[in-house]
Amino acid sequence: MREKNSQETLRRHAAQFSYVAPNIAVLIKHVPETENLKIDEKTGTVVRKGQNAIVNPMDLYAIEAALTVKDKNHKTDITVITMGPPNAERSLREALSMGCDNAVLISGREFAGSDTFATSLVLSRVIKGLKNYDLILCGERATDGDTGQVGPAVASFLDYPVITYVSNFKLNTNNSGEFIASVDRIVEEGIEHYEAELPVVLTISKAIGVPRIPTLSGKKRAKKAVIKNIGFNPELFGEDEVGLNGSPTRVIKLYRPKVKRNPLIIIPKNEEEIEAAADKLIDFLKNEAGIV
Amino acid sequence: MKKILLLGETKKNRVKMVSYELIARARRLPGKGEVGRKKGGSVGINGIDRSRGITVGKADDDTLEVVVILPGEAENPEELCYRGADRVLHIDQKEFNYFSPERLQKALSAIIKKEDPDVLIAAATTTGRTVMPYLAVKEKTGLTADCTELKLDTESGTLYQTRPAVGGNIMATIKTAFGKPQMATVRQNSMKPLDRDESRKVNIENLAFSGDILKSRIKYLGITEFKERETLKDAKVIISGGRGLKKKDNFFLIEEFAELIHAHAGASREAVDRGWISYPHQVGLSGKTVNPELYVAVGISGAIQHLAGMQTSKKIVSINIDPGAQIFSVSDLGIVCDLFDILPVVIKKLRGR
Repeated sequence: MREKNSQETLRRHAAQFSYVAPNIAVLIKHVPETENLKIDEKTGTVVRKGQNAIVNPMDLYAIEAALTVKDKNHKTDITVITMGPPNAERSLREALSMGCDNAVLISGREFAGSDTFATSLVLSRVIKGLKNYDLILCGERATDGDTGQVGPAVASFLDYPVITYVSNFKLNTNNSGEFIASVDRIVEEGIEHYEAELPVVLTISKAIGVPRIPTLSGKKRAKKAVIKNIGFNPELFGEDEVGLNGSPTRVIKLYRPKVKRNPLIIIPKNEEEIEAAADKLIDFLKNEAGIV
Repeated sequence: MKKILLLGETKKNRVKMVSYELIARARRLPGKGEVGRKKGGSVGINGIDRSRGITVGKADDDTLEVVVILPGEAENPEELCYRGADRVLHIDQKEFNYFSPERLQKALSAIIKKEDPDVLIAAATTTGRTVMPYLAVKEKTGLTADCTELKLDTESGTLYQTRPAVGGNIMATIKTAFGKPQMATVRQNSMKPLDRDESRKVNIENLAFSGDILKSRIKYLGITEFKERETLKDAKVIISGGRGLKKKDNFFLIEEFAELIHAHAGASREAVDRGWISYPHQVGLSGKTVNPELYVAVGISGAIQHLAGMQTSKKIVSINIDPGAQIFSVSDLGIVCDLFDILPVVIKKLRGR
């Protein structure tokens, strides 16, 4: 009896101090810098040649969220995963330099043209083959595609629950030493509070906190790190499951948006004209918008 | 006849406005590129109809059946019929008052199996943007996010889905190459609800799910609601600042200007990314879509992601030092000027009143 009790105490102790560490996968995307984005007018695709590409800024928050867990529990294992062109390796190394442990690059011609459905299928198959992850974290959306669909879709393929727009979360352990996630989520009306069983997919919003800057030692480590490469493997994917063939959505037309409004433009040149422009603005507030 | 399913939403047991917007959107689906375009109404770059709502007549009814799925207990589901729905599938159960993507997906999958719709549309709300991709995977079909324009060829049944693409400088029209239903989410606040017509037939089916469908691995514990000032969505006047403010210390100019005319402070993504103001203030595709009486953009160049979040505002004023700034093209009044020259003058004048 006493032995059982002490075992129980030990187990609780272990849970409390998290001797059991979670495995986290962070899904990131290598995106062109949007500031000076160029579009090929003929094809409507992004001109990638000569363009700087970076870690999708929204994904940095997912990386930060994972690292916050690791701050509290150093045995936490973080794998960062991306699907993209070979040079997406740079984004993986940036994630490693921030403090992630392992990196996986999924790359191959066969994957080109994948929409969010096909991309999520590939990611979920790869995730399944790697490790049993407790948490899968994604950014809220990518700055290029801007759909925000991959996180929930990966969860659906894996048949895991998902919580989106996460502003805060904590991993707690219950009496049997299992992890329970307590999760806050930003919605239109406020902050919703949830409790989730693991594994769970979370898409992380900016509210989680400012992403950390890579350290010098992190950069050195990242430079030397070995990145696991996964190409098109017929045992893992069917040919009709990836790329355009595996994508249920098809772009059929691209066009430049038309803009319509006929603005009154004022260009004040000196202090007097600035005064006049300020008056014009205040008049506008009063007459057109009925305020002031 | 094509069957259109819409995912309605409730809040505190009332039908949310966005559900009526979806009906208006569905009623205008048929046509070839003329969606949302009416004589006399101006159309923004997102195909947003700024004209008044139209009344639904019987003529609308022979090509489409518009069915609204309403998850959660609601006191006023008949309102959906008055606003143009042919039928309401009311999931009148407390388990659906709160959001669980997997639970809602299982219910929607069951409904899709029974109804066999051609199209399923949800609003691009936090709910729609989460449950739709989860559902599309289970249904093995395509989904287009954040559509600004939808049209349906009522003969072939093809849904043409238009959204801002790569970086937002170009619009892409997308179709669902395989899979059914064709799924899309549409931006909220981008379509006026149809006029209310109490003479329309009320047709409500109450649905009740049990067993596995109700199971959820996430548990809702509650909500901390935003204070009034924090919600930009219903603001009448918004003053937004962007990168032109240059640094955090300058952002008080925006806050002071807003304070003086009882407006809400908003911001572009750049300003939020730089930590000048918190995320709930962000206007644009990755922030909030707003629709105020007046929107004042200060030091915002007007990236299309930002325009997409504010250009349905009734009146738009912009201040920018760059005469070529895209923001001027959606403005009613544009002042080409260094904001640090003009804002202090405006604030001083407003204070002196």
